[in-house]
This record gives sequence, structure tokens and C-alpha cells, in this order.
Amino acid sequence: MKSLGSIRRSFAPWADPASKPFISVKNVTKRFGDFTAVDDLSLDIYTREFFALLGASGCGKSTLLRMLAGFEQPTSGEIILDGQSLAGIPPYRRPVNMMFQSYALFPHMTVENNIAFGLKQDGMPKADIAARVAQMLKLVKLEKFSQRKPHQLSGGQRQRVALARSLAKRPKVLLLDEPLGALDKKLREETQFELMDLQQELGLTFVVVTHDQEEAMTMADRIAVMSHGKVIQVATPAEIYEAPNSRFVADFIGDVNIFEGAVGGADGGYVRLEGTNGFPIRMASPERPATGGKSAVAVRPEKIRVSRQPPAHAPVNAVQGEIWDIGYLGDMTVFHVRLKDGRVIKASSLNAVRAVEDPLGYDQEVWISFGEDAGVVLKD
Amino acid sequence: MTRVASALFSRLVIIIPYAWLLFFFLIPFFIVFRISLSQTAVAMPPYTPVFDLFGGLSGILEKAREFSFDNYVWLTEDVLYFNAYVSSVIIAAVSTVLTLLIAYPVAYGMAKAPKTIRPTLLMLVILPFWTSFLIRVYAWIAILKPEGLLNQFLMSINVIDQPLIILNTNWAIYIGIVYSYLPFMVLPIYSSLEKMDHTLTEAALDLGCTPFTAFWRVTFPLSLAGVVAGCLLVFIPAVGEFVIPDLLGGSETLMIGKTLWNEFNANRDWPVSSAVATILLLILVLPIVYFQNAQAKADSEGK
Amino acid sequence: MGTWSRFNIASIVLGFGFLYLPIVLLVIFSFNESKLVTVWAGFSTKWYTQLWHNQALLDAAWVTIRVALISATCATVLGTLAALALVRYTRFRGRMLFSGMVYAPLVMPEVITGLSLLLLFVAIGLDRGFWTITLAHITFTMCFVAVVVQSRLLSFDQSIEEAALDLGATPVRTFFAITLPVIAPAVFSGWVLAFTLSLDDLVISSFTTGPGATTLPMKIYSQVRLGVTPEINAICTILIGIVAIGVVVASIVTKQREAQRERDERAAFAQS
Ligand SMILES: Nc1ncnc2c1ncn2[C@@H]1O[C@H](COP(=O)(O)OP(=O)(O)OP(=O)(O)O)[C@@H](O)[C@H]1O
Ligand SMILES: [Mg+2]
Repeated sequence: MKSLGSIRRSFAPWADPASKPFISVKNVTKRFGDFTAVDDLSLDIYTREFFALLGASGCGKSTLLRMLAGFEQPTSGEIILDGQSLAGIPPYRRPVNMMFQSYALFPHMTVENNIAFGLKQDGMPKADIAARVAQMLKLVKLEKFSQRKPHQLSGGQRQRVALARSLAKRPKVLLLDEPLGALDKKLREETQFELMDLQQELGLTFVVVTHDQEEAMTMADRIAVMSHGKVIQVATPAEIYEAPNSRFVADFIGDVNIFEGAVGGADGGYVRLEGTNGFPIRMASPERPATGGKSAVAVRPEKIRVSRQPPAHAPVNAVQGEIWDIGYLGDMTVFHVRLKDGRVIKASSLNAVRAVEDPLGYDQEVWISFGEDAGVVLKD
Repeated sequence: MTRVASALFSRLVIIIPYAWLLFFFLIPFFIVFRISLSQTAVAMPPYTPVFDLFGGLSGILEKAREFSFDNYVWLTEDVLYFNAYVSSVIIAAVSTVLTLLIAYPVAYGMAKAPKTIRPTLLMLVILPFWTSFLIRVYAWIAILKPEGLLNQFLMSINVIDQPLIILNTNWAIYIGIVYSYLPFMVLPIYSSLEKMDHTLTEAALDLGCTPFTAFWRVTFPLSLAGVVAGCLLVFIPAVGEFVIPDLLGGSETLMIGKTLWNEFNANRDWPVSSAVATILLLILVLPIVYFQNAQAKADSEGK
Repeated sequence: MGTWSRFNIASIVLGFGFLYLPIVLLVIFSFNESKLVTVWAGFSTKWYTQLWHNQALLDAAWVTIRVALISATCATVLGTLAALALVRYTRFRGRMLFSGMVYAPLVMPEVITGLSLLLLFVAIGLDRGFWTITLAHITFTMCFVAVVVQSRLLSFDQSIEEAALDLGATPVRTFFAITLPVIAPAVFSGWVLAFTLSLDDLVISSFTTGPGATTLPMKIYSQVRLGVTPEINAICTILIGIVAIGVVVASIVTKQREAQRERDERAAFAQS
């Protein structure tokens, strides 16, 4: 059997122009009164994809999900599932199921009846229902709890019942609204991997909403970063992290240092910037912003080196400063380095060996530097 | 098919109770108003003109010409009615204030009680509400009579040597109203006090308020919604109260509910009692609308 | 928690004393040997045995119970629908009027409600009697049911209904399989409230009644007007006893259920 990782690495239907999206959200707008919650949004999601919607609170993630489930109707635009428009189809007729943020377990039914509920609505024969419920209980490891009521379960157990219930009907698409929001950190990390395994095993399409970027990065094949009802970037976790298409995305995902400057020209695959922090920047970029325009470069802290001696390429991509703050996190150390103009740059380095003989200390004069492919040139 | 059923279902949820209330609650008021414009007659029903809904528009217009405001003129000419309205409002207002004065400390004490006994206290306040109103009013007769239990008690401990005359006076009515409506006042005040954050009072004390000013400037204003709801729940029905003035009040106590009842049952004058009811409703329309709005606002906040 | 001061305790004791003393006295004097309600002359249950032989009273009680059973049941259906309409449909034509009609009867003086319903029944030519009383009781008690159910619906987690729709249940099915069972306790309290309000009502019944339909409160009222007798005390005591037993049983049951629930919850967390 191939490992999960190798399956995932070869899975990229979005890159294949011949493959058809399973869900197409086309120019969907949703207004509540005069407030626009989702704004002319378009997205394609492919079969068996694990797709994450990521964004700040109130940016319209749940609203989009609820339109997929059928609880809200788009004000304009169209959602197509498996080649069929979903317009006017009520939630109980859609081949999608949802796992609710609050779990929404039926308080008056046992675990077993909760899981069987959807199957009963389909008029499935009793024996088949029993078999499916047993299978689901096994899948979420709750065999012993089938006769409990929801209030007799712990938070993690409830979450697994909610998952089993939404999976019992074998929906084509499973929508998950902050499925792990109510769990503590440890349980959350465990469950993330369980969810990924489950999705692979059952071959389902998952659309998961979260505002935890780490969770999205861990689980998803692709992430859509949303802001104010719009999608800013849709890409794989690595692309989102390494090649954010905008300052918003760069800022939203992880820590980042942004160096601004005027475009001084381009040579080969590189762009030159007259940096405003007093040093020139040369950065690899597939695109060429117009000379003389303003631009910026985003560099992640772990790609910035801190050293006592100036690097060979100085003064390009290198500048002097003094150590302002040191945060020791165990696995790595974060330095805040203050430049001459007062700006503070974040740099982090892995503590690969147990102790450094002459560690950098507070107020030391240091050089910070980065490579010519360490960052991205931002478009805006 | 099921979609049609579902749409129908959601319609019916609104339409059935709506239609019921329109027919049995709203339309009757128009009938009351219409009959208040008729004349008394020795017949069944005892008024004229009698509307014939099937008489067609021209028939109705024909009859409508016989309508008059005579009954209202009559009400203004007889000072008895005017006095009854005024004294009803005054008695209701005094009773409401008395109820508030008694209910507030009780509600406050309940809200401050240990969490474990609060449900029991709450149940004890609600319990009398489940027992018959009539019974509770009746119980006071034996207590307030000149030879009743209260006088026996007071005389035995030598506080008085002559029985107090309470029954059949306004005092008996006040006691009756306060007693019967006390739970209605306690409950809303308690619920507004109970959900209040007690650290607010502590903050006020911390900022230099005395316990009394902390209560007066912080606690009381925050419980005002409950106070208003409680006062309306007592005042409005008390204005039209019939049982209490009838059983506990004297013959010279005028309250409009009793007047209406007598006009209707003893004099069998339906048009005049309709006119009395119409004016009573007009007096109460403002507080009722205010009550509805407060109620609707509380509900939307509860959401 | 702030302190429970002596003043607080005193006001509660006095307040509750005021609420309960008259009822306690009434019960005590129902066992009085003497016909004089206010002078104690020894213990006796003779007034209770006398009640058994008062056929008119028993008939009135039977009418009252039938009216209350039918009207409470209908009022519960109508009131629950009204509560759903108020909570679930925030926008429909005439909603203001509707919510007004639900809240107004809560405070409307009974003489007005009674008179207006009577005039309605006369106008539509309905024979007055058992059924007109029942219709009148449905009308004023349904609003109390609506308020009780409404407050439960307001705290209801609507996502469980959405979950049911999502799993393929039609709205009608969702209502009967999910919503109704979950709000059932509130609906039941609404029913009990409507039942006791109907049992209790004097004024509206008196207006809307006709020949042959005398309810217990009407009977008690006509006797009370003639004076206080131990016999009436005995009827009242029986009614109070029924209510008290009902309330105590209900509260013990809910207490036990809650205790069970708490044990379950603790067990669940101990396990996880
Ligand atoms: N039924 C509604 N009526 C009015 N406004 C609504 C409604 N539902 C959502 N909104 C508004 O739409 C915006 C987006 O809401 P949504 O629930 O989609 O946010 P979200 O991205 O899921 O946020 P969170 O991460 O906090 O769950 C919010 O500003 C919200 O106030
Ligand atoms: Mg959300």
C-alpha cells in the first residue's frame, strides 16, 4: 500500500485542464439586507479533494458552506454539483451532508438513532441500517456507546458521533464547519489526522471551514483564503505559504517580514528593488513589475539569517541592526532585530544542536540577510 | 408532493392561530363597538338593530342609520360611570405601587439567595398561581371579617379593643389585589435581578458607593425592565378586576369591572355594557400596547 | 455571590408568609367541626363527606374538568403553532398585529374578553353552553401556552433542525421527529397551565355560559356570595391538594431526572 503522502503528492486535478470540477461555485453573491456576506465568489472543487476555507471571523465562510448545503439561497450566481445546478433544491434533496460546528446532535435520541436518522429518511431497509450504523460506530470507535444519549458523552465523543452521522449516508460531499473548534489542542491534532485518513479511505470530497491556519495547512489539499466575502487566493498549502499572491495572504498565513521599495528594473528571472530600509533587494520573480512602480517583498522569518559577520553578497539582501529581543521556544529561537530606521525584523533559527558555544545576546550588532530566492515579490 | 406539503405546513403554522385570534379575539371587539351604538330592546338578543350579515350591503347601510352615540352620551351624563372609571384607575394604581413595594424586597432576597435554594423559592412563588384565584380571594373573607381571624388575633394580643372594619372597604380591595397579583410582580423582577452580574454592585462599592447608592444607582436601574413588566401585569388587569371588588369591596366601592358586570347581568343592558367596555378598552389601550412592545423587545433580545 | 443578609431573609419569610398564610388558614378551617368558619370547635371531616352528596357540585366539577381537558388540549395545539409563527417567521404580513393579539389577552381584563366573546357567539347564532365556554377558554389560554412555548423556542438550537433537513428529513418530518420531541416539556407545561387557568376561570365562563353548563368556580362563587361556609373550604382544600400533589410530584421527577443527568455527564467525562 502506498503511503498517504505519496497519494497526496500525485493528487492535483486542478492542474489538469482536462479534469472537470465536481463543485463549481459561479459568481455567487449573498446579501443579508444591504450587507454583502459573499461577494461575487467563484471556486472549483474536485472529486476526492480535501478543500479548506480559511479566513478571519465574519468573512463569509459559513455562509458559503450553508449555501452549498442549501440552508441559504444565493442572491445571485449559481452553484453546480456534479454537472447539475443546485438552484431551488432544498437541503433535504441534496447529496451533500454537513457536520455542524455545534455538532447539532439530536438530544432526545441515542447515538445509534442519531446515526441512523438520515438512513431512515431514505427508507433504507432495517437490516441495512443496522449494518451501516455498526460500520459507522466502528469507524469512529464508539461501538460501546451506541445506547448513550448525547449528554452522556464527552466533547470528543460527541464530535465523533456528529461525524459518523454526517458520513452515514455516504454523501458525495461532506461539509464541515469548524469541525474541531470545540476540542482541546491535543485532541484536535489527533483528530485532524483521523479526518484525513477517513477522507482517503472513503474517497469523499471534503469542504472544511476553519479559521485555524495550521489546521488548514495540515489537512487540506488546497486552501481558499477568504476576506470580506471574496476569495483572495486558492492554492496548495505550500504555495500559499511560499508564494502568497498578495500582502493580505502573506500576512494572514504565518509570520512575515515585508520590505517595500521602488522597482529598479529586472534582469533574467530577477527583480531589483531600491529598498526603503536602506539596502537594495534582488529577488527571483516569474513576473516583472513595471520599473519605477512601488512593490514589496515578503520574506518568512525562518528564511532570514542572523550573523555577526556581513554575508558575501552584502549590501544586497543584507542590512545591519541590533538584537532587540530573543524568544527561546525550545525547538527554535526567534530574534527580533531592530534596524537603523527603527523597524523590527523577525528571524528564526532552528536549534539543531543542543547548545551554541557563543550565543547571540541582547543589543549585539548583527547582520540580517536572505537569499535571492528566499521571498516573493508581491503584486500589490 | 412533499415540497408542496412543506410549504403548506409552514403557511398553516401562521394561518391557523392567526385566523383563530382574528375571529375570537379581534372581531369580537368590533362587535362590542357596534352593539355599543345600538339601543336596548326587550328581545333576544336584547338590542336593536340586529345585524343580518346576509341582508346585503344595502340592508346593512339601512340599519347603520339607526346607530347612535346615545349610550356614550348617557355614560357622560351619569356621574356614576365617570366615578367608577376614575376610582378603578386609582385603586389599580395604588395597588400596583403597594404590590411593587412588597414584591421588590422579596424578589431581591430571592435573587440573593444561595443558588441551591433558588429553584425552590421560585416554585413557592409560582405555586399559588396554580391554585384558584377565586379560592385565594375567598380565603381573605374569613380573615378580614369584623369577627374574622385577623381581628381575633389583634384583640387577643391587645393591640386593639374594637374590631377593625376592613372587609367591604377599599383596604380589603388593596389587600386582595396585592395578594392575588404578587407573583406577577415578583417573577419579572426576580428574573431581571437574577441574570444581573453581581460584580456590577461590587464594582460600584469599589468605586466608593455606599450599599444604598450602589443599589439605587446600579441595581435598581438595571432591574427596571422587570419592574415595568411587573407593574403592567398588575395594573392592566386590576383596572378591570371584578371578583376582588365584588367579594371584598363594599357596596359604595365603584370599580368599572363590577359596574360592567352589573349592567350586563342585572340590568341586561347589553348596549350600555358594550359602551362601558369600549371606553375601558380605550383607557387601557396605551398601557397594553406598551406592554406588547416591551414583551416583543424582550423576546428579540432573548434571541 | 453577595451575602444573603438578614434583611433579605426577613423579606422572603414575610413575603412567603403573606402568600401562604391565608391558604393554610383556609385548609385548617375546612376541618372545623363548627359551621362558623372563624371559630375553631374541634376536628371533623364531615364537610368532606357532605360534599360527596352534593350532586349539583359534582356535576359542576365534571363540566369543569371536561371543559378544561378539551380547551387545554386545543389551546396547546394553537398556542404551540402561534409560538412557532412568532419565533420562526420573523417577517410576514400582519406580524405586528399577530404578536399584539398573542400578548394582549395576557393582560386583558376578563370582563372585556368575556363580554366580547359572548357578543360574538350571539352574533353568529351559536347556542350558549358547554361549547361556547370551551371556545372562550381555548382563546384566552392559548396565549399563555404561546408565551411558555415561545420562551423555550427562543433558547432552542436551530442547527439541530438544519441537521435533520441536511440528513434528508422534510420540514414536516423534521418538525415531528426533532422539534416537537425537544420542546415537548415546554408544550406539556403549557398544557398544564392552560388546564389550571381553565379550571380556575370564573368571569369568562359566566359571560359565555348558557343553560345547563355551570362550572365549579361559578358554583363556588354563587355560594361564596351567600357567605363563608366550611363546605366551600372543603372544596377549596381538595382543589389545592390536587394542585399541590401535582406540583410536588412534578418537581421530584424533574429533580431526579436532573440528578441522573448530572451523574451521566460526570461519568462521561470521567471516561474520556
Ligand atoms: N442570517 C443572517 N442575517 C444577517 N447577516 C448574516 C446572517 N448570517 C451571516 N450574516 C453576516 O454575514 C457575515 C458572514 O458570516 P459567516 O457566518 O459566513 O462568517 P464566518 O466567516 O463563518 O465567521 P466565523 O469564523 O466567525 O464563523 C457576518 O458578518 C454575519 O454577521
Ligand atoms: Mg462560521
